[in-house]
Amino acid sequence: MAHNTQRRSAKVLATLAAVSLGLAACGGSDDGGSDDAGGSDSGATKIDCSVYEKFGDLKGKEVSVYTTIVAPEDGPHIASYKPFEDCTGVKIKYEGSREMEAQISVRVKGGNAPDIAYLPQPGLLKTLVATGKVIPAPPETEANVDKNMPDWKTYGTVDGKFYAAPLGANVKSYVWYSPTAFKDKGYEVPKTWDELLTLTDKIATDNPDAKPWCAGIESGDATGWPATDWVEDVMLRTAGPETYDKWVNHEIPFNDPAVATALAEVGKILKNPKYVNGGQGDVKTIASTSFQDAGLPILDGTCFMHRQASFYSANFPEGTKVAEDGDVWAFYLPAKDESSKPVLGAGEVTAAFADRPEVKAFQTYLSSTEWATERAKTCGTGGCLTANVNVDPELLKNPIDNLSAKTLTDKSATFRFDGSDLMPGAVGAGTFWKGMVNWITGQDDKATLDFIENSWPKS
Amino acid sequence: MSTLQPAATPESVSDEVTPAPKAKKAKRSATGDAASALNSRWASLVAVIIAVLWTTPTVGLLVTSFRSQRDINRDGWWNAFANPGAFTLENYRQALEPGSSASFTQYFVNTIVITIPAVMLPIFLASLAAYAFAWVPFPGRNALFVAVFALQIVPLQIALIPLLDIYTNKLGLGNSYWSVWISHTIFALPLATFLIHNFMRELPGELMEAARVDGAGHVTIFFKILLPLLTPAIAAFGIFQFLWVWNDLLVSLIFIGGTPEVAPITVRVAELAGTRGSAWYLLSAGAFISMIVPVVVFLALQRFFVRGLLAGGLKG
Repeated sequence: MAHNTQRRSAKVLATLAAVSLGLAACGGSDDGGSDDAGGSDSGATKIDCSVYEKFGDLKGKEVSVYTTIVAPEDGPHIASYKPFEDCTGVKIKYEGSREMEAQISVRVKGGNAPDIAYLPQPGLLKTLVATGKVIPAPPETEANVDKNMPDWKTYGTVDGKFYAAPLGANVKSYVWYSPTAFKDKGYEVPKTWDELLTLTDKIATDNPDAKPWCAGIESGDATGWPATDWVEDVMLRTAGPETYDKWVNHEIPFNDPAVATALAEVGKILKNPKYVNGGQGDVKTIASTSFQDAGLPILDGTCFMHRQASFYSANFPEGTKVAEDGDVWAFYLPAKDESSKPVLGAGEVTAAFADRPEVKAFQTYLSSTEWATERAKTCGTGGCLTANVNVDPELLKNPIDNLSAKTLTDKSATFRFDGSDLMPGAVGAGTFWKGMVNWITGQDDKATLDFIENSWPKS
Repeated sequence: MSTLQPAATPESVSDEVTPAPKAKKAKRSATGDAASALNSRWASLVAVIIAVLWTTPTVGLLVTSFRSQRDINRDGWWNAFANPGAFTLENYRQALEPGSSASFTQYFVNTIVITIPAVMLPIFLASLAAYAFAWVPFPGRNALFVAVFALQIVPLQIALIPLLDIYTNKLGLGNSYWSVWISHTIFALPLATFLIHNFMRELPGELMEAARVDGAGHVTIFFKILLPLLTPAIAAFGIFQFLWVWNDLLVSLIFIGGTPEVAPITVRVAELAGTRGSAWYLLSAGAFISMIVPVVVFLALQRFFVRGLLAGGLKG
């Protein structure tokens, strides 16, 4: 309901703006204003079109976009292109596929690349840049990125050259819980890592029929990734962001003592049969439980906490209220102490494969605050967080998006990108996943880390 | 998707095959001994058990497609019968609900547009080739036939990127239906030629000789005499190719992509679960929707299917 009213008032505003534009045009000599007035019927927000004039006349041109986002989540994305289409007359041809990550390489090699692709991992960008088909981002886009997402620029840069502007974002350092269950039992949201461990132990003693944690790392051919997030998140807390960067870039070996400490800390929770696996069974069920189902036992009270990214909210069945006073909510995975606030996250970057003015114009639009604002406004069911720090977080109506935006823009937060997405594919999307599965099913810490270290590409 | 289809094949075949040969051949030949040995109660029992085992997962999937997400999560499909009131069409409604850009009908039409030429083209080309291999003597005929048949061994996956390169950069076909039609034809030709060739060789040579005496050329012989006789083989291969093209995801995904204007129904079903797989419970409903047409076609033509496959297989 609130959404509807919001829309309507946006429409009224847009119409008003168009009318005043039309009036202004009447005062002038030509009749260009009539076009603008016609466009107001769509209800789309008006943006400053002059930015795109320097790309020339783009009317009737087409730009194809290839993404991993499919229906029903694609609708809001397509809607967010409207102001750009209204401005320039460019038609955006949208294509989403869940197989995109594999398909994009095939298409690029086969000479049938899309104009723009949303790449979910910076590691994939590196691979594609190596084919020589990725076009560096235009200076206009780079200027937008410097202004709107300076911290993220490095994730779109390969060998010192800036290729891809960051786009959507998500925050991974969350623990999902049931506010009602916490209130009934008198539990407090922990503020430090030690408090979290104390709470875990308390829940385990208080509730013989339930477990404090539930987890699941099964995810088809990507099985294991949720556990890598665990390690990365804890690594940021036990070793700090600087050591984390060294680890990701392989300046320290994968079996460094710092990593071993982090893994041991994760093991305190994930490998303790007293603490896991709520609603599923013993420790080993973590490997066979799908990540989509893993957090659902929170709803029936057999599990109390589930560490997963902001996008997990979509996995709760329809009718579940995801809010601070609802059925489920998330708290920030606490750091060692309250002074530091490392945040693990991930997102997409937009790579271009065509050197045409309309493509450059669209890249620039996607990196602009206008786009991020429109994305927040046309957001459907959530997941509309962007890497852009200049967007008002209050525009995000979805509670978890709103919380994530505040977490990301928090001045004390230190953001780090999901390490497995940055490591070479053979490790980040290979042995790291596999190693974690073996670790869950019984392999010890040292053997696991040695195995991953030995698989790191030598060159 | 493709994993669902084979489930229908063995059960229908085993129903069809086991009774048919035993009735006809039981008393006659040496193979009759083997047939009568199989014609025992135990053999029937084993056949029934295999059929049940093979069908159970499909039945489970069908039942699951009528259950709500919460029920699927809570317990197994066999518990659904305890509470028949809980069955719902909601999954089907959601699966059929138009996505953000196109309705299910659009994808259905796309699949039909892809499938019909992709079945007709290889049948036409392969029967011409089979005729030449069977009845037109020319030097190197056998070697060439073996070469064509041997192409079956080559996995189609290795041809994907080079073909895509040729279509987009040399022929300029881009993301058009032509790319899929031609690709499916290429991939189908070896098997089609082999099946139809073997069937054609079984036809009596006198037929051709008599026609030639009456002044018929190759073209007349092919169209007037052979084509009508070839119906079972063509129908058998037709079903085979139809099922393969209808259930294909890989070839269409690579050559025409996933845009709603051209993408087949398999692409839509693959995307049904949503960006992060949260709508997985719609998959069973989506699979059954996309299966309706192949199941109807298969049931309508399965007589040809079994007969035609046997005709080709015995020769090999």
